Amino acid sequence: MNRSTIDLWVGIFVAAGLGALLFLALKVGNLASFANNQTYQVNAKFANIGGLKVRAPVKSAGVVVGRVSDIQFDNESYEALVKINLDVNYQFPRDTTAKILTSGILGEQYVGLEAGGDGVMLKSGDRLRLTQSAVVLENLISQFLFNKAAEGKDAPKDPAK
Amino acid sequence: MHNQPDSRGADPVVSIDGVWFGYDPARPVLRDIDLAIPRGAVVGIMGQSGCGKTTLLHLIMGAYVPSRGRATVLGHDTAGLDGAGLFAMRRRMGMLFQFGALFTDLSVYENVAFPMRENTALPEDVLHDLVMMKLQAVGLRGAAQLMPSELSGGMSRRVALARSIALDPELILYDEPFTGLDPISFGVIVRLIRELNDSLGATSIVVTHDVQEALDVVDYAYFMAAGQVIEKGTPDEVRASRHPFMRQFVNGLPDGPVPFHYPAADYAGELEATLP
Amino acid sequence: MMPNWVGMRLAARARLEGLGSNVTSVIWRLGFAARFLGYLVAHSGTAMRRFRLTVAEVYFAGVLSLVIILVSGLFVGMVLALQGYETLQRFGASESLGVLVALSLVRELGPVVAGLLFASRAGSAITAEIGLMKATEQISAMEMMAVDPIARVVAPRFWGGVISMPLLAALFSAMGVFGGYLIGVQLIGVDAGAFWSQMQAAVDLRNDIWNGVLKSIVFGIAVTWIAVFEGYDAPPTAEGVSRATTRTVVTSSLAILALDFILTALMFTGGNAP
Repeated sequence: MNRSTIDLWVGIFVAAGLGALLFLALKVGNLASFANNQTYQVNAKFANIGGLKVRAPVKSAGVVVGRVSDIQFDNESYEALVKINLDVNYQFPRDTTAKILTSGILGEQYVGLEAGGDGVMLKSGDRLRLTQSAVVLENLISQFLFNKAAEGKDAPKDPAK
Repeated sequence: MHNQPDSRGADPVVSIDGVWFGYDPARPVLRDIDLAIPRGAVVGIMGQSGCGKTTLLHLIMGAYVPSRGRATVLGHDTAGLDGAGLFAMRRRMGMLFQFGALFTDLSVYENVAFPMRENTALPEDVLHDLVMMKLQAVGLRGAAQLMPSELSGGMSRRVALARSIALDPELILYDEPFTGLDPISFGVIVRLIRELNDSLGATSIVVTHDVQEALDVVDYAYFMAAGQVIEKGTPDEVRASRHPFMRQFVNGLPDGPVPFHYPAADYAGELEATLP
Repeated sequence: MMPNWVGMRLAARARLEGLGSNVTSVIWRLGFAARFLGYLVAHSGTAMRRFRLTVAEVYFAGVLSLVIILVSGLFVGMVLALQGYETLQRFGASESLGVLVALSLVRELGPVVAGLLFASRAGSAITAEIGLMKATEQISAMEMMAVDPIARVVAPRFWGGVISMPLLAALFSAMGVFGGYLIGVQLIGVDAGAFWSQMQAAVDLRNDIWNGVLKSIVFGIAVTWIAVFEGYDAPPTAEGVSRATTRTVVTSSLAILALDFILTALMFTGGNAP
């Protein structure tokens, strides 16, 4: 095995390895969808974030427009403070609503944005005033049972009406 | 320096003065060795396996420093050398290892070129001429492109010899250069040791236990036993020595001062003890 | 009764002392290995200046491991797809097959399995080569020629291994994803669009891919370090070299698994932990 053959093979090997990395980054990963895009940060307070995690997607009309960058507990209002990085390409009115939604029944939770009608757009550091917490399954069930029970109590009265 | 061998040069290339050494300080391998290797000579250090002659060679290489006494090699006290100083000293030395120690992943040509590539910045064409010259000296110019695995024992020893003289050393060390060679290769190596020494104007130290053959090539011989020099002199003086150990060693007798049996309990007694 | 007690106490003490000296010698070796690594990195000038030496070692460590890595990657990906499909379709989530295959490979199997294969293919070869060079006095010969064997022999092998390992792991993962695609999309018939788009939505560049690459770099350093150290430290006999080679494979496999646990714990539990 002479030197130039070794060089050739090592060249092929390194090129193939870098190609594999590129394949992983572009085709398998999500390098194409804003990895390095400029973002601006807004925050929102939620009474309950459910299972939301850092780096969860932020979607509007189903399109990913940003990511959750930080989640903290606000010890004054006893609420969750969620910081969101939004792509600078997407501007939202100031009265946009943020909801915590679930993709599918068992899927991951994400933040959904619903644009409002205000003429002034959100700036970096602004707070989203209108928020809707995560739907917690236990609360939903207990609410459902409570309603059923209430209906059951009301039911005999109905015919009397 | 209480003992002064008949050094031909004024200052010896290697001088060992009252050296003690042991890998384990409690059990010295070398005990009070005195040696002086004059410039231009081929000197033999001979003795049984395990007498400390290889250790002595390591001291001359600077691989170890004496625990007592001084080892002066090419004008340097080996104990006073740091890593760089040691390497500077070794660039003036060549060493032939017992089985050649050729680099198995390099061709014969690259093996001989190795010390030049690593220690000099010679242009490729000069390097080529030098390598071919060294290979010519050992008669293997035609084998330049072979790999070490394709060489016979005698040939690889000669390639290793060409490699050890690559940088025109002032001092050449041979560690058991004759081990495992057929008579023809043996004769070739013996002749090369003398020729290279004289043509390079170098000094050679041959460590070996092949006494009869080595005595034909050396100018002066030291005999060692149990870590001490027990006899020294020119080949003729050594052959005529009356020392009982020398008589056994030079003539290859199985029994003598060095017993045939490793120390053990009485054989008859041991046999009886194992009877039921 | 009395002498029996004394005997037992002596035996217990001997065992404790044995244990103690074993622990001491392990720690001593670890310290020696760390010093060796430090010296090796500090004397890597030759390996960098004469980069051809390192390129040759990339050939031996990387190119010669290509076949086993590519074939294993393909099969691991195909098995993942088969097994994953079985499980996912019970929940009606067979569209997520791409996610399962890609995340398993990129986060875990790529670096770990490629690392294990690398240890047994390239690591053992490095140990055996250096050990044999030592046993046949090639290392001593180099020292006698005023050449530092760590700079000339060990450092290029170390860097060759460190360069090769992440590339091999990336190739393993890519090949695995391809194998998963073959089985999942071509054979089973999962929708190709869903396979790729769900994968892309779920696999994060920094969290998953970069962390996987980071793992493979760490494994590469660990395996090659163990391999060169065991080779250099091997007793210069046939038995010593063979033992050192075995030790390289065992130690580096354990090191990969232990490091994988530590790195996974550090990387993937960051989430939104308080």
